[in-house]
Amino acid sequence: MGQAILLIGTRKGLMIARSTDDRRTWATEDFQFRNQEVYSVAIDTRHDTPRIFAGVGTGHWGPLLTYSDDLGTSWTEPPEPPIGFPEGSDASVERVWQIRPASDRQPDVVYAGVEPHALFRSDDRGESFALVEGLWNHPDRPSWQPGGGGACLHTVLPHPTDPDDVLVAMSAAGVYRTRDGGSTWSRANRGIQAAYLPEDQRFPEFGQCVHKVALHPDRPQRLFAQNHFGVYRSEDRGDSWAPIESGLPSNFGFALVAHPHQPDTLYLFPLKADMERFPPDAKCRVYRTENAGASWEPLSEGLPKDPYYAAVLRDAMVADSGDPAGVYFGTRLGEVYASRDGGDSWSLIAEHLPDVLSLRVAEIA
Amino acid sequence: MTSRLLLPAALRRYAGEQTEVEIHGGTLGEALDDLARRLPQLERRLRDEQGRLRPHVLMFVDGVSVRSGAPMDTPVGDSSEVFVAPAVSGGRC
Repeated sequence: MGQAILLIGTRKGLMIARSTDDRRTWATEDFQFRNQEVYSVAIDTRHDTPRIFAGVGTGHWGPLLTYSDDLGTSWTEPPEPPIGFPEGSDASVERVWQIRPASDRQPDVVYAGVEPHALFRSDDRGESFALVEGLWNHPDRPSWQPGGGGACLHTVLPHPTDPDDVLVAMSAAGVYRTRDGGSTWSRANRGIQAAYLPEDQRFPEFGQCVHKVALHPDRPQRLFAQNHFGVYRSEDRGDSWAPIESGLPSNFGFALVAHPHQPDTLYLFPLKADMERFPPDAKCRVYRTENAGASWEPLSEGLPKDPYYAAVLRDAMVADSGDPAGVYFGTRLGEVYASRDGGDSWSLIAEHLPDVLSLRVAEIA
Repeated sequence: MTSRLLLPAALRRYAGEQTEVEIHGGTLGEALDDLARRLPQLERRLRDEQGRLRPHVLMFVDGVSVRSGAPMDTPVGDSSEVFVAPAVSGGRC
């Protein structure tokens, strides 16, 4: 990997880090979108000119979905609102939680997940988005509840080879999947427990508080999910799920990321519990499985040894496509750690930032 | 009717760093519709896609807050001042 770019979305702006020496060192730049929260970032490398995206919120002035074709030197906000609910829907976009380029088979398609629970699709590389009506009109929607972070559609997983197959995850609505390009959506939560519900209602058809879902592009039928109490694997693209949390210090957390080359390898940053969102035993550790969840190992070389109390949010962990793979995570203490050996060892590449909300990384030609 | 929209510092980037812009219309809604045609990025910072005043935006027409009732129906006259401010409720440290 020659040049790489790392987007660091924080509570108070976007920081860009660049590496030109195969990820050994990173140079960080000054903040952009200062004092504005950057919940989502994306890097679209499907065209000759990479396009980077930022989903920015100000608290006062509404959300902003913007992009840059010069790797962050300048940003474009189209005159027409790039994303918004149709007139008369009585809804407005409160936050852009996820920006996800589709597969290489649809090089102009970009998805955006927003709050309130909705999916938008762009067919012009992210310059304008339209509401995916099939999900918005789903009969379950009136019963979807917000999670602690809001009514967010936070995960979009297009199938790598089937453009009609898209999976989304929402807090606290659960996982839904379309196989017809978004016209109809089915629930995909069988086997996932909602531990906070009464005992006889703990396996609902929907309403689970899923925190993040990941897939490996070479094995798209296999999914991994970190839930609000529960870590799961599906071998049938969400038709059914089974727990894989044995060996973890906790089954609560937010972030998880799949290895870019090894379908059996997954990374998590567990937290003790919903009412105690600290790393278990106050230790800063990433957990890795290399056998699809049959066993887990803690990774801590290069990470802080002192008692540690910071959490990692759902989009603040990411992997690059290098070989060996790079893995990155950002904390609510404003630190960014990176590993260029698949998690065996870590180094600090940024610190003293506002809390980190989102990370994305890519190799840039 | 031509009135003046007075901008807080955070929004001046959407108006060429001007401290105020002219808006045209007999009601606040008409004036902001006019603004949407000329400076759409500025207008969408004030109203959502349904044309509603954003929850943490304060707006005063000639010194009177328009948050209650039907803000977009508020009459604006020639030389009216429309003052925009961020509400303290929307901030985060």
